[in-house]
Amino acid sequence: MTRLTAVLGAGVALLFAASLLTGPAEIGVGDSLSALLLGGDTPAAMVMREIRLPRALLALMIGGSLGLAGAAMQGYLRNSLADPGLIGVSGSAALGAVLSIQTGVAGAVAFSLPAFALGGALIGVFAVLALAGPRGTSLTLILAGIAISALAGALTSLVLNLSPNPFAANEIVFWMMGSLADRSMVHVGIAIPFIAIGAFMLARLARGLDALTLGEDAAAAMGISLRSLRLTLVFGTAAVVGASTAVAGAIGFVGLVVPHILRPFVGARPGALLWASALGGAIMLLAADIAVRLILPERDLKLGVLTAIVGAPLFLHLIYRTRREGL
Amino acid sequence: MPARAVSINLCTDQLAMLLAAPGQLASVSRISLDPHVSPMAEEAARYHNNAGRAEEVHALRPDVVLAGTYSSRETVALLRRLGIEVVQFDIVDSLDDVSAQIAQMGAALGREARAAQVIAEFEAGLADLRADLNALHGEHPRAALYYANGYTSGDASLAGEILATAGLHNAPAEAGYDWGILPLEMLAMIDPDVMITARRYPGGSRAEEILDHPVVGAMRGQTGRGALTDHDWVCGTPFVLRAIGDMVAARRALGSDG
Repeated sequence: MTRLTAVLGAGVALLFAASLLTGPAEIGVGDSLSALLLGGDTPAAMVMREIRLPRALLALMIGGSLGLAGAAMQGYLRNSLADPGLIGVSGSAALGAVLSIQTGVAGAVAFSLPAFALGGALIGVFAVLALAGPRGTSLTLILAGIAISALAGALTSLVLNLSPNPFAANEIVFWMMGSLADRSMVHVGIAIPFIAIGAFMLARLARGLDALTLGEDAAAAMGISLRSLRLTLVFGTAAVVGASTAVAGAIGFVGLVVPHILRPFVGARPGALLWASALGGAIMLLAADIAVRLILPERDLKLGVLTAIVGAPLFLHLIYRTRREGL
Repeated sequence: MPARAVSINLCTDQLAMLLAAPGQLASVSRISLDPHVSPMAEEAARYHNNAGRAEEVHALRPDVVLAGTYSSRETVALLRRLGIEVVQFDIVDSLDDVSAQIAQMGAALGREARAAQVIAEFEAGLADLRADLNALHGEHPRAALYYANGYTSGDASLAGEILATAGLHNAPAEAGYDWGILPLEMLAMIDPDVMITARRYPGGSRAEEILDHPVVGAMRGQTGRGALTDHDWVCGTPFVLRAIGDMVAARRALGSDG
């Protein structure tokens, strides 16, 4: 476990540094670091501090959030198909974010953008959990997720098409696929409080999720309140996914792929999987965000494209396995 | 002279409104009502406005339809099949083309004399601006055009010519970014003297949010001379003289700062 943490931590640190060194402005490694650390009034300092640093920080925070939320949902639902993107939570968060921007609230009230996204995410999680039921099968969970995703996606498109801004309609793809291009420290600032609170709530689920593997009765006998576990899960997930989606759009599959890969390394303990998945999610998103800049440096290739190319085959594999096991 | 003309393109709308005889122009496109892109939005409101669909254009019974080369291919083909004459106007990417295009519109509307008059006024205005510029000494500041989604325009565009005529260097073009996306990082590295951005639309968009990025803010603030492009920059009409005048003013303001 500690070795896994060390390996994942080293991976995060390495990719974080690589992300800071990736970009069209060709600044040498030494110059980059001195510009980043010493600042000053040079163009290089502006590139490092105002463009690359927020981008790397957001990849770290958002990847971590999505990995953590995926691990928590899978642990709670005891279902390895649960991913915030797949079950419509990210889509609902995007709808909330788009509503706050297009109604002008986002420009007028501080933190209303992540708050609206959190509201959307909350509605999405509640709707999916209510539709799928507390012990929902994979089938009902995925169907509920498809329905919520489709509805949220359609309403997001509708709001953007009704916008008086001619550019808004072209941004449907950003809200559906996600991107970290040209974000700034302002975005880091609005996302960080929500992500910190949400991650704290989800981290506290570790003991409860471990107990839940023994069954609900056993967990209740161990003094775990299922009601409070569920509420913590819902609010924690909505907070991290809402804030992430508000600044970067909906990025799918991170919460599906990462817990799946890391589960064998933590002895299938959902509690231990939480932090491992947070680190793993950060690795996956940092890597994806470096890749989009290397593959098409001057176009804004969406992150969700890469995460889906990696994640969707795994999803198909999981569905196949689920079918073999007879749902 | 065609008795009824209908225009279905923003740029042909403006030229037609400038040249047409009273009652000759039956309809202009709806886009001309948008003051963000149309310098003649008020005039356009006095005409019937069309959405550029073949069916409604046909119903207006025009003798000639004025369209852009990038107007919907299907619409233009359908109108021609219905026996309506369609005159297409190219995208203007230089100041010389402006006079040529005014002449083309004059010929399409049978208003050659009026066109000659407008061309003479335009060329006199341009000559005045150039004389004014010759008197303006000092550095040629490095400007950057920066639009929504981080787009910029190269030298071989009307915007590029407006800058060049006003005596401004197109800094991104000189750094090899001719047309398309100028990465924000490269904008920071180019560090222009003048930032020229577009006027914002109502309602939010991520495309325009880039103009709120601290880097763009710093470029504008540090130079103290952000300038705006507006509806005068969009089409090759005599209104580009106002755009050049604005850029000369921006350059003067920069010069007086030292």
